Amino acid sequence: MNYTFHWLPAFRALPDMLWGALVTLEIAVLSMVLGVLFATLLAVGASSKYRVFRAAAVSWVELARNTPALFQIYMAYFGLGSLGIHLDSFVALLAGITFNNAGYLAETFRGGLRAVPQTQLRAARSLGMGQIQAFRLVMMPQMFRIVFYPMTNQMVWAILMTSLGVIVGLNNDLTGVTQEYNVRSFRTFEYFALAAVIYYLLAKLVTGSARLLAWRLFRY
Amino acid sequence: MSIEIQDVHKAFGSLEVVKGVTMTVEKGEVVSIIGGSGSGKSTLLMCINGLEPINEGRILVDGTDVHGRGTDLNKLRRKIGIVFQQWNAFPHLTVLENVMLAPRKVLGRSKAEAEAIAVDKLARVGLSEKLKVFPSKLSGGQQQRMAIARALAMSPDYMLFDEVTSALDPQLVGEVLDTMRSLSAEGMTMIVVTHEIAFAREVSNRVAFFHKGRIHEIGPPAQVIGAPREPETIDFLKSVL
Repeated sequence: MNYTFHWLPAFRALPDMLWGALVTLEIAVLSMVLGVLFATLLAVGASSKYRVFRAAAVSWVELARNTPALFQIYMAYFGLGSLGIHLDSFVALLAGITFNNAGYLAETFRGGLRAVPQTQLRAARSLGMGQIQAFRLVMMPQMFRIVFYPMTNQMVWAILMTSLGVIVGLNNDLTGVTQEYNVRSFRTFEYFALAAVIYYLLAKLVTGSARLLAWRLFRY
Repeated sequence: MSIEIQDVHKAFGSLEVVKGVTMTVEKGEVVSIIGGSGSGKSTLLMCINGLEPINEGRILVDGTDVHGRGTDLNKLRRKIGIVFQQWNAFPHLTVLENVMLAPRKVLGRSKAEAEAIAVDKLARVGLSEKLKVFPSKLSGGQQQRMAIARALAMSPDYMLFDEVTSALDPQLVGEVLDTMRSLSAEGMTMIVVTHEIAFAREVSNRVAFFHKGRIHEIGPPAQVIGAPREPETIDFLKSVL
């Protein structure tokens, strides 16, 4: 092995990479917010009495969970592009990850809802609460606790998935910035090792804050 | 002021579990329902507060048809408290919050009012020491007493008890029965589905023996439990006493 490590250029790139990390976090957060919204619709849709909604929800979940995330992002950019729908890199990546998140989260939510016993709903209704009130005050808080950690995992997964943006030409997220430096200097190992450390810290930040939040929220 | 049950039939699919039950429970009365499992007694309770729909007949609570088209069940349920076999504590709320929830959200009481009500009701069932505790830290008997306090916090006119001691360890049954005994002493109107025959005999004005979805025998406890006339009642009492 006659490779000489040069860490200095990588550290010089650090401020730009940290700005990239912010974009990464932005995409991940947006994809989670949108993912939760769509997942809720999917979870409701999957138990709808209309076949169209059921079929649409089930197909979404099946595709999202059983095809590579890379393909889902590729389709959002190049696939839709060939149909004449041109999304920019940021939007395509966001759409791809949101699609993926929603698929996984829909199953998480469905499981969470089933895990809260129906007798809880019955007890709430027996006290004079309406359906929506009982759901909001009694079912939702319990369901939230059940889906909290799976949601945290999905958030970490979303952060890591943003690195796939590089294949659809995204150049201002952490991987994009890293790649830009890499092609100029070919210090691949140093740049990507540093980027990996930043991804690692981002992921740890998410799980750490989640644990702290859980400790505050779930007192029982 | 009464609960009138008129020729009620209730089926789950093709299985009819309540086959034409008629009885009236007057305000201030304690009526116990005894009978084997599957005799339809718990189902009837669920029908009284509209948690289960019925197939035929009708149930009037203070003249309001429970299963009538325009009936506001949420409003009606405020005056019918029910306590279940599985106590169904809300696990994410403390004991105090469990009892405060419905007064606040259903009756629209202020936080202070709801808390005062809850503290009072929890004192009644002997849980003053447990206000800030989560249900998971309570014994079954304590959780069941909390469930009673939670129902009482709505100031109901009627209380329904659905085998509330059946899921409890034997040594915890007494504390729950004591709570119910004091309620009946205060004149609460109660329908009590129970396997505690001695308790039924002691607190009830009338006892109804359910058999195969029908009331087989009904009358004062001294008669139905003390001197049953029907062979099925005699057999049942023999098996549980």
